[in-house]
Amino acid sequence: MAGVAEVLRIEDLRIAFALHGHDNEVVRGVSFRIPRGRTVALVGESGSGKSVISQAVMGLLPRNGRVSGGRITFHGDGEAPVEIAGLARDGPTIRRLRGGHIGMIFQEPMSSLSPVHTIGNQIQEALQLHRKVARGEARATTERMLKLVGFKRPQRAYDMYAFELSGGLRQRAMLAMALICRPALLIADEPTTALDVTIQAQVLKLMKDLQQEFGMAILLITHDLGVVANMADEVVVIYQGRIMEAGTAQAIFRDPRHPYLKALLKALPHFDMAEGQRLTPLREAKANTQALTGAAGPRLPAGPETPPLLRIEAVRKSYGTRHGGWLAGPAHEGVVVVDDVSFDIRRGECLGLVGESGSGKTTLGKLIMRAVTPDRGRVLFEDGDGPVDVLALGGAQLDAFRPRMQMIFQDPVSSLSPRMTVLNILREPMQIHDLGTPAEQKARVVALMRAVGLDPRFLNRYPHSFSGGQRQRIGIARALALNPDLIVCDEPVSALDVSVQAQVLNLLKDLQRDLGLTYLFISHNLAVVDYMADRIAVMAQGRIVEIAPRRALFERPAHPYTRALLKAVPFADLDRPLDFDLVARGEVSEGGRWPEAFRGERGPGGLSEIALGDGHFVLARASVDARELVG
Amino acid sequence: MLRYIIRRVLIMVPTLVVTSMLIFTLIQLPPGDYFETYVAEMQAQGERADLSRVAFLKKEYGFDKPPVERYLRWVGGFFVGDYGYSFEYQLPVSEVVGDRLYLTVLVSFATILFTWAVAFPIGIYSATHQYSWGDYGLTFLGLIGIAIPHFLLALVFMYFANVWFGLSIGGLMDPQYFNQPLSWAKVGSILHHLWIPVIIIGAGGTGSMIRAVRANLLDELQKQYVTTARAKGLSPFKTLMKYPFRMSLNFFISDIGSVLPSVVSGAELVAIVLSLQTTGPLLIRALQAQDMYLAGSFLMFLALLTVIGVLISDIALAFLDPRIRLQGASTK
Repeated sequence: MAGVAEVLRIEDLRIAFALHGHDNEVVRGVSFRIPRGRTVALVGESGSGKSVISQAVMGLLPRNGRVSGGRITFHGDGEAPVEIAGLARDGPTIRRLRGGHIGMIFQEPMSSLSPVHTIGNQIQEALQLHRKVARGEARATTERMLKLVGFKRPQRAYDMYAFELSGGLRQRAMLAMALICRPALLIADEPTTALDVTIQAQVLKLMKDLQQEFGMAILLITHDLGVVANMADEVVVIYQGRIMEAGTAQAIFRDPRHPYLKALLKALPHFDMAEGQRLTPLREAKANTQALTGAAGPRLPAGPETPPLLRIEAVRKSYGTRHGGWLAGPAHEGVVVVDDVSFDIRRGECLGLVGESGSGKTTLGKLIMRAVTPDRGRVLFEDGDGPVDVLALGGAQLDAFRPRMQMIFQDPVSSLSPRMTVLNILREPMQIHDLGTPAEQKARVVALMRAVGLDPRFLNRYPHSFSGGQRQRIGIARALALNPDLIVCDEPVSALDVSVQAQVLNLLKDLQRDLGLTYLFISHNLAVVDYMADRIAVMAQGRIVEIAPRRALFERPAHPYTRALLKAVPFADLDRPLDFDLVARGEVSEGGRWPEAFRGERGPGGLSEIALGDGHFVLARASVDARELVG
Repeated sequence: MLRYIIRRVLIMVPTLVVTSMLIFTLIQLPPGDYFETYVAEMQAQGERADLSRVAFLKKEYGFDKPPVERYLRWVGGFFVGDYGYSFEYQLPVSEVVGDRLYLTVLVSFATILFTWAVAFPIGIYSATHQYSWGDYGLTFLGLIGIAIPHFLLALVFMYFANVWFGLSIGGLMDPQYFNQPLSWAKVGSILHHLWIPVIIIGAGGTGSMIRAVRANLLDELQKQYVTTARAKGLSPFKTLMKYPFRMSLNFFISDIGSVLPSVVSGAELVAIVLSLQTTGPLLIRALQAQDMYLAGSFLMFLALLTVIGVLISDIALAFLDPRIRLQGASTK
């Protein structure tokens, strides 16, 4: 190790952005250091300034941003320290550091790679920029690096394009690119936020392994305290451009002192919450549902003996069956995204639907809403006097039925029209269904705003003047406008910060309780589903592989996939580290690697729902060994 | 890839068939035909038309037959190199057009090269120096180029060339070279005349091209992969050329489809004002005179060029962009 014990030292760093002619300081006097070969996590909400700091270290600040004070000193291996803050933008000194001594990976592995160049080309470019190597040798080095980050056939991977790779492999390629020159520091800006939990665990493990191998330091920027607990040696918590608390991971998690950090830890849903325990959001939003409850009218009583509100029977949907027509290429086998799925949603419950991206959970939600037409199957809605097949409805009947089911979307930005005021957005459903006079509609809109904890005075504003959490509440209000029985919530909080997430989850809970709503809650985040749901269905490869009451699923998961999913969730708890060795083999998220008893097709002698008692079902062969289910 | 090309070529066939029907129908739509126009013009000038010759030609070219049969004859001729007969010029269509075709191609290709040579550097500069004085100034110039009609620009050029330099800038060569075989002196004369129509015709195209390059590059410059490239330590210029510029090229390649037909149809109005010996004025005259085979074959030729242009751009895109090449066949 070189003389200095730290790779990077940041002292009283200030960063300002020019906005409308005057400077707006977003980082206000931040100091910390990164020891050689260790991992420092920079934690904060969006807008806290954590990404801006990493941009400043790389000299990649946006054009209107500049370092307005303080120092960033980089100590390379056996080199004179470099003062980064004062360097010319894109000058030779900073370019030598970038890629050569400091590598960086980003949140979105798809958009971070050029779609028209092979990944080999892009990785090798980084090598040839900083090291003098012959062409043939460069290719060999690149392939070795690809092998190191986990590509099984590096020669082939070299010539592949980013869009041919899965998200996890893309992030591995990014790692290869950032590390090929063996930098002393790796900056990872939300490296796993866009990845599924099992893939996230694999990438985190890879980062740890490479750190051991190369002895580099890591600056890990994230909002996920679970990731921090599993990766970081030291933690820096930042809020509104100032450091709230900094220290070793031990000190931070065992003895948080700053109220902000304490509040952040409390706002995070985790698996050990007591029944009925509420999350404590950083900022409470006052919701008032009274105005709505009066209008809702009597709900049918809920209970185990009443028929389920919604019954889904053998619904199937496949995409991409483009039959070889005239001169078309060979016919392609369609991809079955929802494969004979059946389940019930009971009146008044919240059914959680968990699965990784591509498992078909969003498609299933859309099928129920009739936004997508299934190939076959039935969706039966119990409306009080017998079941109605939602899929068979058409024309006026369908229009009349639509208000019974509504949807809340993932992205609060794109799901609200930027050209409509909040009033118009909330009134539109009532106008479409011609409910009430304009005055009554206005009154209901005001009641809706109160119910989701927004000030009715904001009604004439446009969505852009609201924060992400407020927009999501507008989306919730819109879903409530028609007084539905069932709301399909498709990842309603995954685009929100931890603090706001708690707020929205609590709001959804309160609304469910006060208005007697039924939810289908789709999410990839097990902790969130755990907090919200009464029962949980686990979806993998278009099938529901396990469905159980919440507690049973977490305590006695029967399906190998469920177990893998549970094991891959990082806890914000030092005493429960991820089992990286188990997770990293990546066996269980691929159906082909499940034990024999869980593979194959549905049907006699094949897979069927095995009852484990207490409403707990698992998709397996009848011959399944009881020991495998208890595991 | 080969399968893709073959499929694209075969798809051209029905497109062209439908286009030819449309063209034929459209040309037939106005009342009367070339001969009636001709006879009327003759009578208006107080002369007697040679009615027996008219009757002979009418019969010769099947004007007494039903339209379907005439259509089939016309289309059938294409396969043996017979594009019909121009009544106006009393020559086969191929001879009427052939003369002017290469001049048109010359003018148009020079224009395209001029446009690209000017527009790309300016567009790149504007995009990388967004909201600077340079950007505003160059964008303003480009807008002027778009806003001024070509023929007006041509008139202005002619006027000032005459007033200030005493030059007549019309035509594509000095008059003594008309209908002369190709010689070095003639080539020199053509090149000497070429630059004025190229600038005039290219002005508008350059303006809109600058705007397109700028907008496309600005989009691409925001992309995350640009940051990745800079984070690697690549210099700004190399980053620009290898990543965003390369991506923005897609747009211009898909534009080839519309460039090819304009190569031939040319800027008709400018050609008339500057009395260029290109095909543009010919087409307009043919349409006015209802010289149906000349006009029809001409339009058909334009349609063919469009289809070929689109084909070329599709194939070029597939070669340049792996997403199209590798995903085109699969269904995702």
